[in-house]
Amino acid sequence: MSENTTAPIRKFKTGIPGFDDITMGGLPEGRTTLISGTAGSAKTVFAVQFLSAGIEQSGMPGVFVTFEESPQDIRQNMASFGWDIRAWEEKGLWAFVDASPQPAEDTIVAGSYDLGALLARIEYAVQKIKAQRVAVDSLGAIFTQFTEHVSVRHELFRIASALKKMGVTAVLTAERVQEYGEIARYGVEEFVADNVIILRNALDDEKRRRTIEILKFRGTAHQKGEFPFTIMPGAGIAVIPLSAIELKQSSSIIRITSGNKELDEMCGGGFFRDSIILVSGATGTGKTLTVTEFIAGGAAVGERCLLFAFEESREQLFRNATGWGVDFRKMEEEGSLKLICRYPEVAGPEDHLINMKAEIENFAPNRIAVDSLSALERIATVKGFREFVISLTSFIKHKETAGLFTSTTPSLMGGTSVTEAHISTVTDSIIMLRYVEMFGEMRRGLTVLKMRGSMHDKEIREFTIDGRGMHIGNAFKNVTGILVGNPMSIPQSEIERISTLFQNERGI
Amino acid sequence: MTAKYQLTLYITGQTPRSRQAIENLYHTCKAMLDGRYEITIIDVLEHPELAEEEKILATPTLIKVSPPPLRRIIGDLSDTEKVFIGLDLQLNGTFHLPQGAQKDE
Repeated sequence: MSENTTAPIRKFKTGIPGFDDITMGGLPEGRTTLISGTAGSAKTVFAVQFLSAGIEQSGMPGVFVTFEESPQDIRQNMASFGWDIRAWEEKGLWAFVDASPQPAEDTIVAGSYDLGALLARIEYAVQKIKAQRVAVDSLGAIFTQFTEHVSVRHELFRIASALKKMGVTAVLTAERVQEYGEIARYGVEEFVADNVIILRNALDDEKRRRTIEILKFRGTAHQKGEFPFTIMPGAGIAVIPLSAIELKQSSSIIRITSGNKELDEMCGGGFFRDSIILVSGATGTGKTLTVTEFIAGGAAVGERCLLFAFEESREQLFRNATGWGVDFRKMEEEGSLKLICRYPEVAGPEDHLINMKAEIENFAPNRIAVDSLSALERIATVKGFREFVISLTSFIKHKETAGLFTSTTPSLMGGTSVTEAHISTVTDSIIMLRYVEMFGEMRRGLTVLKMRGSMHDKEIREFTIDGRGMHIGNAFKNVTGILVGNPMSIPQSEIERISTLFQNERGI
Repeated sequence: MTAKYQLTLYITGQTPRSRQAIENLYHTCKAMLDGRYEITIIDVLEHPELAEEEKILATPTLIKVSPPPLRRIIGDLSDTEKVFIGLDLQLNGTFHLPQGAQKDE
């Protein structure tokens, strides 16, 4: 009976990018959530953004209770995210309750006390601006201001239950000592709140990786595990909702050209319009050429192309393309191409991902090429890189555009790269470019390894590169071991013997 | 030597702790300051804006506005020694708070 009368917990959309996906709709409404993290894990940014997103997206007023930094410091520190707290205060959308230490004053404790005045101030601020969101930063700092931990603990419970009574949705921050250990320093913070979220800034292989985990959401569902997030200048926290990505893209039977007639034929008539294609090969095998032809092929039929280059500069790419008879400069002027060159080291993989998504949203291309995806391997942890690849490919798939990625194999002959291990299952097509050593000469071979949903040529064909691009010729009929990087010529007589071997058996 | 004490006591409603603080403050002032004092009592539940202005967190909080230095004494003022330090008073002979208002614990 009671199930029918008890209203389920509603979710309260925070407006923090990606966060509402991993929480399946936002924070539980009218409840308190603890945000715990080590020093530098972006707790204060989260707390401020919780209020600023409410103000910016739905004009929802918020109260910020600060125990640590002064309001002036917060106004100043958050200005780089584009949050003009001063202006919001003037409009009655933001109110500070300043509980930061006042160093100029001497405080003497003479008897028992409670934090009734603080509570009264919070209630007053909430009523004054009709706040729906409250952020408290941070609980641990109360313990350093007031040494009687037993009574402070009791007071925290009182404040938390008063926040609930006020009907506001609140976030409280708390410090942790270790990335993996107790939830918070004083061991009581997590009992004060209904829900617990952990922010991490772990050092892995000399790279910092920020993640967010929902540890506890009383009485309501959420995504499990750690999700990467990043802090963008001018925007704040953006969570990358990995497992929230659904496999729901439709599938197209429309073919598009690869920009190379022979390659189209090998693929059974071209790539599918919404497919992800991986081009793998050692350095100098012709990956950038494949990309260039892919883009030229698109532009020739009036498609919009977006190229992310992580290895070469604009000038180099222009020069290369010109060498193969493709004029990138003209295509950019006509608006059919947008070329974005970034050095991988300028940002973390999460930042690259968010920037790339934004570029894709803005330019709305029909074709996307990334040259090369493996260049980003060196800036990410293995896990971070896998998440990057999966997020990017699924994002592109949702846009139903064609995506061509290149991957550089570490060895000249044969071999695979980390990129391939992560991407191969999400790709629809894989094209391999390989060096083939034959009689003291380096030749190039190409094969279509995989072509999802279509017949394709299974031969390893030789190709040449000249001033007009790539020319795919005949198959290496009498060579084995090309893909593993150990090409071996087989004499014609041996081929004839093998081909007649089974005929003889059947003939008997 | 004859400077007048200006004291402001912030309390939260009529709780036993609030009453205790008021009682202790008056008792101390009567015994030690001989009419050289002025006490203002502010209930932060009625005037939260004043608590906001003074950035009061804990209650009861006694602020010694004058004579300088400005000082905050938090708690129900049952720790006589600390109250004396906070108000810059010298303890001569014996001093006792009224019955039932002994120092906590």
